[in-house]
Amino acid sequence: MAAFKETTFPVDAPAAEKAVGWIDDRFPLTKLWNDQWGAYYAPKNLNFWYIFGILATLILVMQIVTGIFLTMHYKPDANLAFGSVEYIMREVPWGWLVRYMHSTGASAFFIVIYLHMTRALIYGSYRKPRELLWLFGFAIFLALMAEAFFGYLLPWGQMSYWGAQVIVNLFGAIPLIGPDLSLWIRGDYVVSDATLNRFFAFHVIAIPLVILGLVAAHLIALHEVGSNNPDGIEVKDTLGPDGHPLDAVPSHPYYTFHDLFGVSVFLLIFSAVVFFAPEMGGYFLEYNNFIPADSLKTPLHIAPTWYFTPFYSVLRAITADFMYVLMAVVAAYVVFVFLKSRLAFKTKAIIAVVGLLMIIGMLPAILDAKFWGVMLFGASVMILAAMPWLDHSPVKSIRYRPTWHKYVYALFALSFVTLGYLGTQAPSPVGGVVSQVCTLIYFSFFLLMPWWSTMGRFKPVPQRVTFHPH
Amino acid sequence: MNFLKRLIAVLAVLPGLAFASEGGIPLDKAPERNSVTSLQNGAKLFVNYCLNCHSATAMRYNRLKDIGLTDDQIKNNLLFSGEKVGDVMAIALRPADAKIWFGAIPPDLSVIARAKASPAGTGSDYLYTYLRSFYKDDTRPTGWNNMVLPNVAMPHAMWQLQGVRTLKMVQEKDPHDQTKMINKFAGYEMVKPGSMSVNDFDIATADLVGYLGWMAEPAQGTRKRLGVWVLLFLSIFSLLCWRLSASYWKNVK
Repeated sequence: MAAFKETTFPVDAPAAEKAVGWIDDRFPLTKLWNDQWGAYYAPKNLNFWYIFGILATLILVMQIVTGIFLTMHYKPDANLAFGSVEYIMREVPWGWLVRYMHSTGASAFFIVIYLHMTRALIYGSYRKPRELLWLFGFAIFLALMAEAFFGYLLPWGQMSYWGAQVIVNLFGAIPLIGPDLSLWIRGDYVVSDATLNRFFAFHVIAIPLVILGLVAAHLIALHEVGSNNPDGIEVKDTLGPDGHPLDAVPSHPYYTFHDLFGVSVFLLIFSAVVFFAPEMGGYFLEYNNFIPADSLKTPLHIAPTWYFTPFYSVLRAITADFMYVLMAVVAAYVVFVFLKSRLAFKTKAIIAVVGLLMIIGMLPAILDAKFWGVMLFGASVMILAAMPWLDHSPVKSIRYRPTWHKYVYALFALSFVTLGYLGTQAPSPVGGVVSQVCTLIYFSFFLLMPWWSTMGRFKPVPQRVTFHPH
Repeated sequence: MNFLKRLIAVLAVLPGLAFASEGGIPLDKAPERNSVTSLQNGAKLFVNYCLNCHSATAMRYNRLKDIGLTDDQIKNNLLFSGEKVGDVMAIALRPADAKIWFGAIPPDLSVIARAKASPAGTGSDYLYTYLRSFYKDDTRPTGWNNMVLPNVAMPHAMWQLQGVRTLKMVQEKDPHDQTKMINKFAGYEMVKPGSMSVNDFDIATADLVGYLGWMAEPAQGTRKRLGVWVLLFLSIFSLLCWRLSASYWKNVK
């Protein structure tokens, strides 16, 4: 560690400069600014898909600030919670605005995050050397889902109560420890005041701290390797005489003002919803949640909020009849891996053993469809983490992949949206079959990716980014 | 082929699913009620006919100042049992007693207009249809039944205004089995007229439902008025941000 050296300024230097100099001698303020934003060089060809990271950060800050104001008046007691939300809506000055910003912000967060992940998928932003960046992002996604789940119980409406009841009961499907685990999570035999109090603690402080830590790690990992871009080429491979990438610009002022424009458009859309359609047809604020929670009255249709419905559909698709299809699919996949993969024999043998155990476990006498439903529900989320190791395409970006790959991505997106839509509807015979087909498409996209991502004629990747001056 | 038939059968039933869970009759559209006079009339009807069994504990009496009433008007016309004008609309009926007398606890009506929305119609549509669908039914403990919520525990609170009606049923062939006959709902028959004509009762109910819609979200008017200015500002702000960003980026080659 170097000895302390005080920066000297001429006597007539501006006060601000002297103040910043004093701080810089004791805290790397200017260095931090330059490393993280001011002189952080980002590719110049970033398009519309690259706005969602900054929007996610903005929404995070907004949720925290509105959340703080809500906790000033909200009462986390089963008898008082529902009334306290209405108190905020009516008696607290601007309480209605804070509440609507928080509820709209929650849905907006998921829209932004899904689009943010779509960008990563189409431009290969999870590929080496950004695997850890992707894993931190995936961890944030898990934490965000937990945060939304815990937060949704707090208004203590019918949907809050029964949605929590259903999801916590899913943990009861785990063999041996399930029922005790559910009891431990709930703090009681049914969702009750005890559950509300602990979910409040998780939602207000525990998970937000985790999210903030993970976001910091996510940004540090990003700045360490540099941003990807729509062409999927590494801009640092072509440096200019000043040592900075030829195809990159400093974030300040270029992305400061570019992102400011993006933020203003987002706020326009966000405000249109907050001021004119905060319920969004019952998707952002569910109608059933305006009825106080009643443990004796089960709603006709218990559905999670819209952002969980794709994964919920996967859970519902796993019926007793579908188990036979799953057994056949697992067997076929093991055979396929044996014949087509280039993994070591030991790895293939382990996969075969796991496959066999799964098929035995799927027999009705061993583990029932409810257990496998919960497993596949979890797997449908967790499989995203494996992306960097599933994608073996020689190019990163969809721009230089064979054209038919775009249809594969489109099919995946369509099946995801279809699963989401079906999750909002009551179960039906046709819906069940469609969700089962979409579940198979969804998992095939990932599990067959090591093969289909290498197939076809790839287009030549340019040395420099495609940029049209504007 | 079998699958296709099943698919068509399921799709044909879909429109019915819209109100399958509610009762069985399509909902009428609640007329628009934005004027302060109609909201005040609705408040009067609410306090007189609903607030005996139903509470509205999120609603403070003096909030009615937002629809043009003064404290004195509220005190002199709407406070019946010693409440103060700053009190919430609580009731004396105890839930345990209500459960014994009616079989169900009358729900709090503070946000009922938001809670009753569904694919079949808005919450106001539901309430407007519900309040006008009561009919005399001697098989029920209260003597009343309702086409929107069959076997409801609530009696017809405004029967003196609407009058007593019975159901008109017509017999027609069962569409699924031509040898059988079914009873089909064909409207109501006025047995004993009330103090209001049919049209006046509809207008009064529309006022009441308008009030319930206002009470469910008193900030709605402010929200929309403010929203116009917010969107106007953000549109201009976005435009300026766009041109500012473009002015920097034209230097990038």
